[in-house]
Amino acid sequence: MAIATEPLREIAIVEKRRGYWGTVGRRLVRDPVSMICAGILLLIFLSAIFAPWLGLADPFRGSMITRLRPFGTEGHPLGTDELGRDMLSRLIYGGRLSLLIGILPVFNAFVIGTILGVIAGYNGGWANSAIMRTIDVFYAFPSVLLAIAISGALGAGVLNSIVSLTIVFIPPIARVAESVTTSVRNLDFVDAARASGASALTIMRVHVMGNVLGPIFVYATSLISVSMILAAGLSFLGLGTRPPQPEWGLMLNTLRTAIYVDPWLAALPGVMIFAVSIGFNLLSDGLRSAMDIRN
Amino acid sequence: MLEEIEDRGGPRQALLDIKGLKKHFPVSGGMLGKKQVVRAVDGVDFGVAKGETLGIVGESGCGKSTTARLLMHLIAPDAGSIVYDGTPIGRDLSLRELRRRMQMVFQDSYASLNPRLTIEDSIAFGPKVHGVPDAKARELARDLLGRVGLKPETFANRYPHELSGGQRQRVNIARALALKPRIVILDEAVSALDKSVEAQVLNLLIDLKRDFGLTYIFISHDLNVVRYVSDRVLVMYLGEVVEIGPVDEMWTNPRHPYTAALLASMPTLDPDRRTTQAPLAGDPPNPIDPPPGCRFHTRCPHAEPVCASTRPSLADAAPNHAVACLMHAANSGHSKAGTMLEAS
Amino acid sequence: MKPIVSVRDLTVSFHGERAVHAVNGVSLDVMPGEVLGLLGESGSGKSVTLRALMRLLPKKRTRIGGSIEVAGQDVLAMRDDQLSNMRGKVVSMIFQEPALALDPVYTIGEQIAESVVRHEGKSMKEGKERALEMLERVRIPSAKRRLDAYPHEMSGGMRQRAMIALALACKPKILLADEPTTALDATVQIQILLLLRELQAEMDMSVIFVTHDLGVAVEICDRVAVMYAGEVAETGTLAQLVRDPRHPYAQGLLSSTVLGATRGEKLTTIPGAPPSLSTPPQACSFEPRCRFAVASCAAKRPPAVALGERRAARCIHAERTADEKIATLEAETA
Repeated sequence: MAIATEPLREIAIVEKRRGYWGTVGRRLVRDPVSMICAGILLLIFLSAIFAPWLGLADPFRGSMITRLRPFGTEGHPLGTDELGRDMLSRLIYGGRLSLLIGILPVFNAFVIGTILGVIAGYNGGWANSAIMRTIDVFYAFPSVLLAIAISGALGAGVLNSIVSLTIVFIPPIARVAESVTTSVRNLDFVDAARASGASALTIMRVHVMGNVLGPIFVYATSLISVSMILAAGLSFLGLGTRPPQPEWGLMLNTLRTAIYVDPWLAALPGVMIFAVSIGFNLLSDGLRSAMDIRN
Repeated sequence: MLEEIEDRGGPRQALLDIKGLKKHFPVSGGMLGKKQVVRAVDGVDFGVAKGETLGIVGESGCGKSTTARLLMHLIAPDAGSIVYDGTPIGRDLSLRELRRRMQMVFQDSYASLNPRLTIEDSIAFGPKVHGVPDAKARELARDLLGRVGLKPETFANRYPHELSGGQRQRVNIARALALKPRIVILDEAVSALDKSVEAQVLNLLIDLKRDFGLTYIFISHDLNVVRYVSDRVLVMYLGEVVEIGPVDEMWTNPRHPYTAALLASMPTLDPDRRTTQAPLAGDPPNPIDPPPGCRFHTRCPHAEPVCASTRPSLADAAPNHAVACLMHAANSGHSKAGTMLEAS
Repeated sequence: MKPIVSVRDLTVSFHGERAVHAVNGVSLDVMPGEVLGLLGESGSGKSVTLRALMRLLPKKRTRIGGSIEVAGQDVLAMRDDQLSNMRGKVVSMIFQEPALALDPVYTIGEQIAESVVRHEGKSMKEGKERALEMLERVRIPSAKRRLDAYPHEMSGGMRQRAMIALALACKPKILLADEPTTALDATVQIQILLLLRELQAEMDMSVIFVTHDLGVAVEICDRVAVMYAGEVAETGTLAQLVRDPRHPYAQGLLSSTVLGATRGEKLTTIPGAPPSLSTPPQACSFEPRCRFAVASCAAKRPPAVALGERRAARCIHAERTADEKIATLEAETA
């Protein structure tokens, strides 16, 4: 059989073939903004995880004599808080809880919301109506109000704030998952898969998931910053972490009184929240453009 | 491996027999608007003989692509029966089994391949669904890549976006063949390709048909291509079949005025014999509210009052050649009724 | 007679994540009242050439070289205000998708009238009168009623007519048509082609008509330039090109058409695919797919061989016809 083969158009890069995620990774690594953000986030994460081994001052031991010392005080490079506790140490230890209640709810909501959204989007019809209308009920409340209401009902505490934030983030993620799934579902390759006799579950697993997880993941990453801020807000209101636990939102709250004495010191926990949320935001932007490989 | 599908009724029995196929899509007319429907496919009958290529032509909105999707049951028909090689779909022939016997190639070569799967994975997916072990399915995929003119060692591990349109469409053809079907529906499969690539893919399709003993349903708006590949042609207009017959006869002696107009609308390739008069005026009417009677009467040069009230049915005008036009029906009330029959 | 459009050595390249050299040394002349077809496949540079004539390419990423003269003016040297004066008044353009080219929030009448007011300084009332006249000219039935119709209320063919009316409202000297009939059904396509032919003669316009469809080109063009890989492979009158193509690509394009092919017989095809154009061509860009290629074809760019008045082909074999070339080839292999 003599069939003229089209010679493959020259692809200049001569290297090992990599999969989709390999290509995305390479593109992400080449983006300086993403890499700087990733570096800063990694630094904050590692220092939070390894805090006990960094030789820091005890974040719980205060001293009435050394209250609200400014930056550069000997032994307290970032000064001390309103109870004389070492700020650097509290900021680093604070990252442990803050990051946990910032990221864990988004991760939970990512798993639950994706499952709900993909089922709704793929099946359409009454399954879609049932899931999406229920979700709309939660959507009707502003997210801050919803988080406060659920936390208030469940009672203060770290675990409860994680639960309440998870509930807050399921609707937006499910919505994104549903709309992405609906658009993928209408592509011909899904029809081709149906035409090959595959079951709905197989099609969702092989053909839908691979194409929707990326965009949903990018969206979820951008929610981490919101989650951090909401979690801080809950702590600020006394619905999250309890003193004397170091946590950025709570620290912001208690340092509030010191704002006239040393505004820079009082702003420090806010700077941490800001840095982490901006970091995640820019990283998700970078990820979004890296994933858009269609030339 | 997938076993070959054996023939049941012998060569004379139609491979597909479609009767009364119908699909109306609801369109919402706003909150208070009355419910309207698009009569996408409105009572279509035809048969497909074993080993033939049946071309389906018509303008956008005539229902040719919907018909293809109805045959594959990618959308559920509202009414109608599909009999495959003597067996009606239902108890004796499940949808899953029908889909093994009938496969489809879509127009958009990019959208019809999963961008996250390698070419090999895409082709091997179908056989795996039908229980072929992974290694065997991959072997089959590579073999098929070779058959469609793509070197397996170069292409098997590539992703769709790394291929050109023509190469992707070859992959789609290989994927359709992976289940060893007997019928392949080609829905505008070469329409999006450049002319020189189109010719390559058409040659490939003709080779494959012979090598695999396939039957094609070839849907296209390009009459030149349809003429080149088809044995018989079916012409659709606003959800209905207006004419069906052997391709050469249709081209030399079109019976339905719409077929004639469609053929006359094709650009010539002769600079000295340019078209001087457009065969039809205006656009095809909206299938939401098709004209009563004969749907073509609003644009037909031979239309008479009777055409607006009487719906012509598809009837034989010659052996193996049916047409739905009052001019071809005796005693229909049209002044030319019957005369066309004698003329041809 | 002086050409109304004169393009010399036009090069257009895009520089984004990857460079694309879309147009590589195109020279064209269009006489007043002439219809020139730019015929080529996707990626041949035909649409980019057309857009360059009106400078409709994204400024940031595009580099344009060579010269473009339209109605005696140097287009590449124009300021933005001069450009917008030219667009619509001297040169007008129609597109494949009228749905995208027409503004969905204004009625057809308003859009045409607005263009007349802007370019000719007429009053809105006069503009509306012109709009009605134009709609009648493009044979839109019950034109008066259609003046107040929004684009989405019209069918595909009607929209295309409306876009033609808008493009011709200020009586431009040159009409650029970018595959205006490709998205239309066969029975509508021929109507639009005939309409364009008629309006062109009536208004004595020059038209540059971009298409990938040889049949469409035959219906409307006086002259044709066949484009390949951003170059003009061959130019000549329509009859010359259809009957006696000299460039192997033009020959291949004509013989690979299914029209006239016999069922059951294989179609002659051009093997392979066009080059990627990530670098400007250093040799004949058709050489890898050409059955008549010799060593020198891969070494340097072939010149445009003149074959009589306003007829040229960019091929070293241009002086021999297709049959002669095949005969030589067969003699050599035998």
